[in-house]
This record gives sequence, C-alpha cells and structure tokens, in this order.
Amino acid sequence: MSSTGHVIGNRFTYFLVFMALMVGTIITVLAARVDLGWLNLPLAMAIATTKAMLVILFFMHLKDHPKLIKVTFAAAFFFFMILVAHTLSDYLTRPTMGMPQFPASGLVSGS
Amino acid sequence: MSEVHAALAATGHEHHPRLQHHFDSLEQQLYASTFGMWVFLVTEVLFFGGLFMAYILYRIWYHDAFVAASAHLDIWLGAFNTAVLIGSSLTMAYAVNAAQRGAKAKEQVLWLVGTMILGSVFLGVKVIEYADKFTHNLVPGANFHPADPALQTLPGGQIYYSLYFALTGLHATHMIVGIAILAVITWMAWKGRFDATWFTPVEIMGLYWHFVDLVWIFLFPLLYLIGGSHLSGGAH
Repeated sequence: MSSTGHVIGNRFTYFLVFMALMVGTIITVLAARVDLGWLNLPLAMAIATTKAMLVILFFMHLKDHPKLIKVTFAAAFFFFMILVAHTLSDYLTRPTMGMPQFPASGLVSGS
Repeated sequence: MSEVHAALAATGHEHHPRLQHHFDSLEQQLYASTFGMWVFLVTEVLFFGGLFMAYILYRIWYHDAFVAASAHLDIWLGAFNTAVLIGSSLTMAYAVNAAQRGAKAKEQVLWLVGTMILGSVFLGVKVIEYADKFTHNLVPGANFHPADPALQTLPGGQIYYSLYFALTGLHATHMIVGIAILAVITWMAWKGRFDATWFTPVEIMGLYWHFVDLVWIFLFPLLYLIGGSHLSGGAH
C-alpha cells in the first residue's frame, strides 16, 4: 500500500461485498413486512447504514485512504446531523412552546 | 518548460505524458484528484441532505399519509432496481480494478459497458414506475386525483409524492450524468488510455458511481418500505 492509499482491491472481496449487499437488500424487504411498530424505521436505517458502510469502505476504498479523506467525508455527515438536529429541535418543540404548528395552519389541507 | 524537461532528462527521470507539471509525481497527482472528488461528494451529501431533511420532517408530520402514499409504490420493482444498482457497483469496481491492473482495453471496456447497461436498466424501470404514477393520477399538482380513499382524505399525500419525485428525480439525473461520463471513459479505455501508471478518470468515476448507489440504498427503504405489516397487504 502506498502512502496515498491507492491499493488495488481484491476482486473476490468485491464479490463478497456485493453478496452482502444483496443479502442486506433481502433482509430489509423482509424486515419491513413485519410490523415492529416504531422499531421498523430504526431497523431499516441500521440495515441501510451497514450497506452504505460496506460500499464506502470497500467499493470506494475509504478503509485504505489516508485520514485526511476519512475526516473530510465524515464532515459531510457531521454537518448533515447539525442540519437535522437544529431543524427538528425547532419544529418539533413548537407545540410545547405554544407556537403555531405548520400542519394545523390549513395551508396544506386536502392533499 | 523545456528547461524542466531538460532537468528531468538530466536526472534520468522519464517524464510520464500524463503527469502535469505542478505535481511532483503521478502518485501525488492521483491523490489530489481523489481528494478533490471526495470534497465534491461532501457537497453532494449536503445537496441530497436538504431533501432528506424535508423528508424527515414531513414524514413525522404526515406519517399516516406517507404510509398510505408509499403503499402505491411497487416494492418488487424497487427491490429489483436496488439489486441492479448494487450489481452496477460491482461491475464499476471491476472496471476500476481492471484499469489499475493495467488489464487489456477489452476487459476494461467490458466492465464499463456492463455498468452502463445496468444503469440503463435502472432508469428503464424508473420510467415504468413514473408512467404508473401518471396513469393513476398520483403526480402532485392539478391532476392529483388518487383513487385511494385514504389519500383523498389524509393531508400530506401530495407532499409525499413531491418528495418522491424530487428525490428519485435528482437521483436519476445523477445516473444519467454518470452514464454520459461513463460513455466518454469507455471510449478512452477503448483507445487504450488507461494502464497501471495512469487510471485517474476510471478511479474518480468509480467514486461517483458508488456514491449514487449509496443514495439509493437510503432512498429504497425510506420511500418504498414505510408502514410495517401494511406492506404485506400488497395494495397497489
């Protein structure tokens, strides 16, 4: 492996990752067909995140890349989490703050 | 510049035709290109991120409408397309691998064409799915007339379909752009441009293609698989 992390991937490993992604797809479809209540969404996201990590680490070789690239890509998800956390902490706390809620305003009735 | 060449020649360094003069080595040049692509992918995460944020909030607000609207998507077409896209990621990984090994042009072209074919199959299935939404009047706007009584009464159905078309449309646009760039890279591979010393375009293209696959891995459960046991009813 070179210092810039450009290793030539193993083709058998790629195939194993492909099979794991296929199995993950089957599991996520089967899991969605069972009513687990509120657990359905976290389970689906856990499977999707696992599949995404396989693609990022192996197909995109992030596991072999230098720290600079790892930190750079992690920053994307860090800022996305800031977006989600700040938006939800505003909108979802409006009822407790006695502020008007958007769905109740009648702007989007009838669908 | 000729002085640089003379200097390089004097030190006995063979000057690679693909090495640009502001880089010390091909390795450094590839690292710079790869890093640039990852920075671009960061902007892509945030580009899609805005739409994902809208999805999260509206799903919380209009959960029942999202469940009812999602039931009109064909899970099996969605699962098939997921498999097709994962397969195209495998062929893309093999294409990058072939270029890195300096395999014959024919082998590189084979994997690249395979990736383009699978990408086209994905888009073809998407056309079938979009046409179905138009046929059943499920496209948001003046012609939104769902036959499903749940969607007629619950607020938020149109918001679900707006997000469905925005997210899958943006994703499909990335696929179309990806296939177009793949066509250029396939032509370059056919001309024998890539070998073990220089394969940057294939490597960069691979990162882009896998990223598009990545987005779909999240879109599939979020758009198609809402609602638990509701799904086994096979409503369509």
